[in-house]
Amino acid sequence: MISSEANLVLVGVNHKATPVEIREKLAFNQVKLEASLEHLVSCPEITENIILSTCNRVEIYARVDNTDQGIQLLKDFICDYHGLSRGSLDQYFYSYQDDQAIEHLFRVSASLDSMILGEAQILGQVKDAYSTARALSSTGLVLNQLFEKAFNVAKKVREETGISERGVSISSAAVELAKKIFEDLENHSVMLVGTGEMAELAAKHLISYGVKTVYVASRTYERAASLAETLNGCALDFDAFKEELYRADIVITSTSAPKFIIHKEMIEQAIHKRKNKPIFLIDIAVPRDIAPEVNDLENVYLYDIDDLQNVVNANMEERQKEAENAMEIIKEEVTKFNNWFSTLDAVPTIVEMRNRAEEMRKVEVDKTLKNLAHISEEDQKAIHQLTQSLVNKILHKPTINLKKKTQSQDGHVYLKAIRHLFHLDD
Amino acid sequence: MDKISFNLSLFSYLMASLGYFVYLAYRRPPVSTFAGWMVGFGLVCQTVTIGIRSSQTGHGPYTTSFEVALFLSWLMVVVYFLTEWKYKIKDLGAFVIPLVFVVMLFSAFLSKETALVPESEVRFWLTMHRTLSIMGYAAFSIAFAAGIMYLIQEHQVKSKKLGMMYFRMPSLEVLDDLNFKVIMIGFPLFTLGFMTGSIWNTQMDLPFFSWDLTRTLPLVATWLIYCMVFFGRMIVGMRGKKAAQGAILGFITVIGTYFLHII
Repeated sequence: MISSEANLVLVGVNHKATPVEIREKLAFNQVKLEASLEHLVSCPEITENIILSTCNRVEIYARVDNTDQGIQLLKDFICDYHGLSRGSLDQYFYSYQDDQAIEHLFRVSASLDSMILGEAQILGQVKDAYSTARALSSTGLVLNQLFEKAFNVAKKVREETGISERGVSISSAAVELAKKIFEDLENHSVMLVGTGEMAELAAKHLISYGVKTVYVASRTYERAASLAETLNGCALDFDAFKEELYRADIVITSTSAPKFIIHKEMIEQAIHKRKNKPIFLIDIAVPRDIAPEVNDLENVYLYDIDDLQNVVNANMEERQKEAENAMEIIKEEVTKFNNWFSTLDAVPTIVEMRNRAEEMRKVEVDKTLKNLAHISEEDQKAIHQLTQSLVNKILHKPTINLKKKTQSQDGHVYLKAIRHLFHLDD
Repeated sequence: MDKISFNLSLFSYLMASLGYFVYLAYRRPPVSTFAGWMVGFGLVCQTVTIGIRSSQTGHGPYTTSFEVALFLSWLMVVVYFLTEWKYKIKDLGAFVIPLVFVVMLFSAFLSKETALVPESEVRFWLTMHRTLSIMGYAAFSIAFAAGIMYLIQEHQVKSKKLGMMYFRMPSLEVLDDLNFKVIMIGFPLFTLGFMTGSIWNTQMDLPFFSWDLTRTLPLVATWLIYCMVFFGRMIVGMRGKKAAQGAILGFITVIGTYFLHII
């Protein structure tokens, strides 16, 4: 029989409270991970388990017979396995059970517990942890359902909140802006004026989003040529870039010039030549390379390093706000998971209740038929049918109601009552 | 029967408008799906209304002010669906459907009297004139919505204050392209509507063209605005903010013209 409680436990350490020098000691690499999963599932106290080990966290999710003992056992296991003494590590461990463990997993998968809120990598890592455990058969009905649910929750959070839609680095914010101006970057070109490291990074980011044409201009032609080569672009003479500006949809400047090198008139000419096709100018240079009045021109969008930093800061704040919406979704989903779990519980109880009634019916009918030896086989059959349908009729409503009630908050009370009234646990 | 279907579609468009607003503000996919179905249901009911009315009059819904408003709102929904299917801009609904609702609500207060036009050559030119013009207006209404969305998005990118709308609304390029495409379709239809209107005038023994202050002049103004946007784009590369403003101004003139006609 499936126990009436989930008995889920979670023991772990993460980047929030545990320094990296401890986390790295507790990490499980792939080989260790597989051995550990097999070891844990062979423990009689543990029915299912999954180990999640990333650079920011080490967590073991398990279904155990007794939660308090289970938590101690898992903590001991982590320490023993890495040959460390438990005493010095106890302060770093956190442990949760049942609802809290479910909520924690949902938060982790939806990237609410990540160092960078909303980053996408963690979901893949949770998926890997799950498939490794599944391949080794260390999971069962409950953890399978729980992790599948966690993936759905993560997807839902991603789709219904803005938790990961806003870039939180300078170059991702720049790419996002470019996509809000040009939609799809494939047929667009970028020009680098100056070969600063950050400009190169931003250009690479744009290229990864489909930008195909790249121009590079630098005061020293050799540097332009070598960067152009790495970016698969074409180098320009520094004096020529002003005439070629109109070719670029996105311009990134990062020279060390002490004064503005791009003025309003230059962009005015370029935009005229482009028949008003928009230009996105990104000025990462300090001191700035582009005169700020350029932004007054229509179809021209100029962002300097501070503007981009402001966007990043605002995005971070926004992700924090979205995290609150995400928590609402997670709370709802925890309840849904619990509902699923309780229906799981109702089924065996219903089966037992019906079996018990059928046993009683059989005993009583057989007793009666013994004294009615004269009646025909057909009549005997009729008596069986009559009593069977009587039992079914009587149990029909309780069965339906029990299924319904187990969905509610106090479902376990009804289950307990049924088990008690029908003597199912004797 | 046609009253019931009319009210049902009006109610559906109201619900859909609210649904699209909620979706724009809170991003709940089921709400957007609900709104989409409401628009679909509204369109079916409205089609029934128009069908019943046309079977009563024996011709299309374009003779009275009521019919014109009803037909315009119906075509706006049709064009909206086509656009949504092609561009997948979910939030366009939040800008178009409320407009549809307002046009239809307005029509509810107009006289429902029918004006019968007997089968004749006159009727043919009237049909052409009104149908083509209203098709043009429906396209312009989408350009209007795209224009408003463009201005909101452009303002955010330009002022560097990137709010919720910045993330939810499509890129400037997509909105500009949509604005361009619908005007590309709407302007020739509207022009043909204008011309067939003049032919209809001659059929009614009226002059081909008259400098009527309330009827013709506003139409000429409307035509000139869209003409500027249309050829401005093709010849001098007028785009972005100016094109969006042109589409908005144009549609405001369309509405003004309609009111002048009613008065």
